[in-house]
Amino acid sequence: MRHILVPLYAIIIFLVLWELLVWVNEWPNYKMASPSDIWPAFWKFKVLFFQYGWDTLWRTVVGLFIAVLCGVFLGMIMGFSKVLREAIYPLLVGFNAIPKATVVPIIALMFVGQHDLNTILIAFMISFFPIAVSVSIGLSTLEPEYRDILRSLGASKSLIFWKIALPKTLPEFFGALKVAVTLAFIGTNLMEIVSPHGRGLGALFDSGKTNSDYPLMFAVLIALALLGIGLYYVVVVLEKIFAGWAERSSD
Amino acid sequence: MSLYKKKDTIIIKDVTHTYKTETGLLPVIKNLNMSVPENGFTAVVGPSGCGKSTLTKLISGLLQPDEGEVYLGGEKITTPRPTVGMAFQNPVLLEWRTIIKNVMLPLEIVPNKLNSLEKEQRAKQLLSLVGLEGFEEKKPSELSGGMRQRASLCRALVHKPEVLILDEPFGALDAFTREDLWQVMHNLRKEEPFTGILITHDLRESIFLADEVVVLSGRPASKQFFVKVTKSKIPKLESLYTSKSIDLLKSLRKQIEIAQNQQEQNK
Repeated sequence: MRHILVPLYAIIIFLVLWELLVWVNEWPNYKMASPSDIWPAFWKFKVLFFQYGWDTLWRTVVGLFIAVLCGVFLGMIMGFSKVLREAIYPLLVGFNAIPKATVVPIIALMFVGQHDLNTILIAFMISFFPIAVSVSIGLSTLEPEYRDILRSLGASKSLIFWKIALPKTLPEFFGALKVAVTLAFIGTNLMEIVSPHGRGLGALFDSGKTNSDYPLMFAVLIALALLGIGLYYVVVVLEKIFAGWAERSSD
Repeated sequence: MSLYKKKDTIIIKDVTHTYKTETGLLPVIKNLNMSVPENGFTAVVGPSGCGKSTLTKLISGLLQPDEGEVYLGGEKITTPRPTVGMAFQNPVLLEWRTIIKNVMLPLEIVPNKLNSLEKEQRAKQLLSLVGLEGFEEKKPSELSGGMRQRASLCRALVHKPEVLILDEPFGALDAFTREDLWQVMHNLRKEEPFTGILITHDLRESIFLADEVVVLSGRPASKQFFVKVTKSKIPKLESLYTSKSIDLLKSLRKQIEIAQNQQEQNK
């Protein structure tokens, strides 16, 4: 019970302090909306919130899914072959160093009007890097003795991968996936905000901006935060199931 | 009670091995000849970095010698084979598996006719032999270093290998735990006869566990000294403190010194 109540109290305290901050400073809602402004804003557009929230969510999840596939594939290549790691790594770092906000208009022009594809692409591009790096590090730092134990019995390379390398890399993989989840949300919203006539919470945020509906903009931010928390904890649950062994009991 | 010499299970014949490094060739083993008879247990000692671990890789087939041959049970070794069991200084247990599942790992790889129940019974039998009864369902992280090494020995033996290769398995343990594990080794040998080779830095360990001790010269390693150790089937620790043992230890120490000096000069 405690692990639900404690975070809940923390959120309530946070909201109260926020409300107080706005109230004490007498800020107008275009400077900062207070929690009490946000609920009405949400209620007014509740249908759009659920529709667009769903759009944002599934685009993010699909982008993330592709990022996992590509990231694991790249990570495996780099983890197993030193030559390929030396070849791919600088390219990957360079690609990652490019601010994705600058890629957004390029992608938007490349696939004009295809909002789903554009959004998924950016979500994928921004989130595959940590996964690729963590998998490659996990595989390349596998102690040689682990391999030798199986190799000395005549095990094939793929058997060694499934029995040892893959499970041993899972904790690193899930660590990276937690980072990737939040990144993917950023990617989705970058695209949704700039896509004209698009859908998704980013588009709702943009319409709040054009209509000077400031509480709406803040409500969108809160909705994004809630989606982010939800998806993050899905990853935490998956981690518990597949890599729970890595967690040491405290006693 | 055969009058003939027992069959040699491990034969290392004129083996030479050289590593190619960025700074040039590094000869690690040169013209090494040694053998271990069936159900014999030979300890290999020598200066640090003289090529002892390379030797274990050559015997297990993980490496191919540049020259010479390695035979296991009369067959020339060209690839790894499932009739070998290995244990290292690092117990390398898989943390996501329980102890019993760790011990059963080789049975998932080596072809065998056991069903899952028989595999489990086999693992349990070994675990109780090394004093790990009741720890079958624990995770490796819940066990002490000595217990993990016991489990690692069980894993090395679970598929009844013809040859057991131990690369300093007790090197990272404290002195008393190590002595406990020496007793475990003697129990295992009595119940599960195997032909073994033990790489170690501990001279007391070598004469307490092995029937024969080989001292390797400094790098590149070859056989410098060889001694048979006579002792009872399950010796007691006190036997290490008899004058006979102490004399043996002194002569081995002397040989190590010679090997170290030689390795210094070859640098």
